[in-house]
Amino acid sequence: MSPLAAAPAADPTLQDFGKDPWWLIGGKVLVIFVFLVLTVLISMWVERRVIGRMQLRVGPNRHGPFGLLQGLADGVKLALKEDIVPRQVDKVVFVLAPILSAVPAFISFIIIPFGPNVSVFGHQTALQGTDLPVAVLLVLAMSSIGVYGIVLAGWSSMSPYSLLGGLRSSAQVISYEIAMGLSFVAVFLFAGSMSTSDIVAAQHDTWFAVLLFPSFVVYVITMMGESNRIPFDLPEGEGELVGGFHTEYSSLKFAMFFLAEYINLATLSALATTLFLGGWRAPAPISTVWAGANSGWWPVLWFMVKLWLFIFFFIWLRGSLPRVRYDQLMKLGWKILMPFSLGWILLVAAIRAFKNEGYDMQQITIVTVVVAAAILGGTILWEMLRGGEGEEGAAAEAGAAPADPFAGGFPVPPLDAPHYHGRTAGTGARAATIGTRSEEVTRGTH
Amino acid sequence: MTGQEIVFALLGAVAVGSGIMVVTTRQLVHAALWLVLSFGALAGMYLVLTAEFVAWVQVLIYVGAIVVLLLFGIMLTRAPIGTAPDLDSGNRWIAAAVAVATAALLVTVVVMGFGDAKMPLEAGGGSAEALGSAVFRTWVLPFEVLSVLLLSALVGAIVLSRTDIGGARSRGKGD
Repeated sequence: MSPLAAAPAADPTLQDFGKDPWWLIGGKVLVIFVFLVLTVLISMWVERRVIGRMQLRVGPNRHGPFGLLQGLADGVKLALKEDIVPRQVDKVVFVLAPILSAVPAFISFIIIPFGPNVSVFGHQTALQGTDLPVAVLLVLAMSSIGVYGIVLAGWSSMSPYSLLGGLRSSAQVISYEIAMGLSFVAVFLFAGSMSTSDIVAAQHDTWFAVLLFPSFVVYVITMMGESNRIPFDLPEGEGELVGGFHTEYSSLKFAMFFLAEYINLATLSALATTLFLGGWRAPAPISTVWAGANSGWWPVLWFMVKLWLFIFFFIWLRGSLPRVRYDQLMKLGWKILMPFSLGWILLVAAIRAFKNEGYDMQQITIVTVVVAAAILGGTILWEMLRGGEGEEGAAAEAGAAPADPFAGGFPVPPLDAPHYHGRTAGTGARAATIGTRSEEVTRGTH
Repeated sequence: MTGQEIVFALLGAVAVGSGIMVVTTRQLVHAALWLVLSFGALAGMYLVLTAEFVAWVQVLIYVGAIVVLLLFGIMLTRAPIGTAPDLDSGNRWIAAAVAVATAALLVTVVVMGFGDAKMPLEAGGGSAEALGSAVFRTWVLPFEVLSVLLLSALVGAIVLSRTDIGGARSRGKGD
């Protein structure tokens, strides 16, 4: 640690970027690339070992110390496998899809800040690929381009499983991207910027995870949806869709999908760390007793600790949660996360506006709590009054038309349910209950 | 010509060329992909004009949401691999004439209006701050009118897609 780096002016701002010499830019890009590939290898090993531990088995432990080289061995195996291209597929799109999936995943890591300004061969530079005034938008844009990889893989494979996986995935990622974008808005409001270095600088006092806890919760949920992992891994649900969108892929093309999935995992964790957990800043007990914790190369350590805690959290969830049903997933995204995020943004914006007008913070808090409690109480009262009717209606309907589960000779769900079509397919007996059925559907509480 | 102008012109050529490919290709999904390229080139042009915010929003909304929804719709209904013979239309010459006439009109208006007048690029002119204050201070009324338009389109889509509300069968009316 040089004494210069320990000065408080070491925190990078947006103006510090774009001044690096060419060798430093190339070096940063190379380091980020190598870091991502290593992270993928290690997180695959960590995931298999931790899941193994949680399921009371050992996990891979043969290759290298503790099985650390398992990922490498798997990579070599994948590369040496036969590259199967099914007949009649659209070859251009079939090859394009894995590339479109992997490349954006690499790009979005370029704006993640690893640390403050440090001295590299006598050159002061920030430990960050680059920064833009709209850096977080870049991550969102890249993740939305990554969707193309999945959609096109599903379409071009000429397989119903792949197509279904691609459809599910695109619908899911688009829905959760909206809620994710909304969860960033409160962060932008408080940081006053969309650049990642400014957002980290804005958290020198309090982490946004504390200040904007509801946003943090929404982000963590949407992050699961974006990464297509359990509990939201419907696009590749093994039990129903074989492998989902990558069923027909093999060898290196499959490896690219795999790479993209694990890089996305790292990117989402790094973004959560940057936006909500103070980025590379040391956690409170360390930074209060040790002034030098936030300068030099030490912040890389704090960043890594936070990143790996998040990745462990992902793995932990995978080990403990079951897969949700598709309609539950969509309902959660559109009917709960989005309205909740919008309400929360409204509240945050109102508080910020009042604070800018010079009102007393305590007064604002009291008024906010009273109004929020009144709205919550009113909603609960309304739901209780309405919920009684709903149960009655449901009970009446259940008595009116018992579905025959063995209609086709084997148990099937009722495919002509009004839920799917908005109306019944209409035999004489069922037509009598159209009124009650559609009423129940429009209310949407079942 | 400066480097910026060359890049701008190249991106324009890519945008127009891929736009032509969108309407001439015989493969439905390829048309959507050419549209992605066209939108991407447009985003690149915004970047050259130092409007970073607009460029990434272009990628996020048009590339990331609208074309994905188009693809989604294509796949839900029919998604043939290979050429689809029914993608051609008998109106193609009339449509081409209308398109050329519209382009000629727009080019004429721009050339007559501005000629070869040049505006200096100011850094930060397309940033989030500049854009936000322009939209929410100067142009707030058109902005709100547009959002009402979008809302009515949304309501219209719901009315069209729901069979249980509507004039023909008033018995099935819900609430």
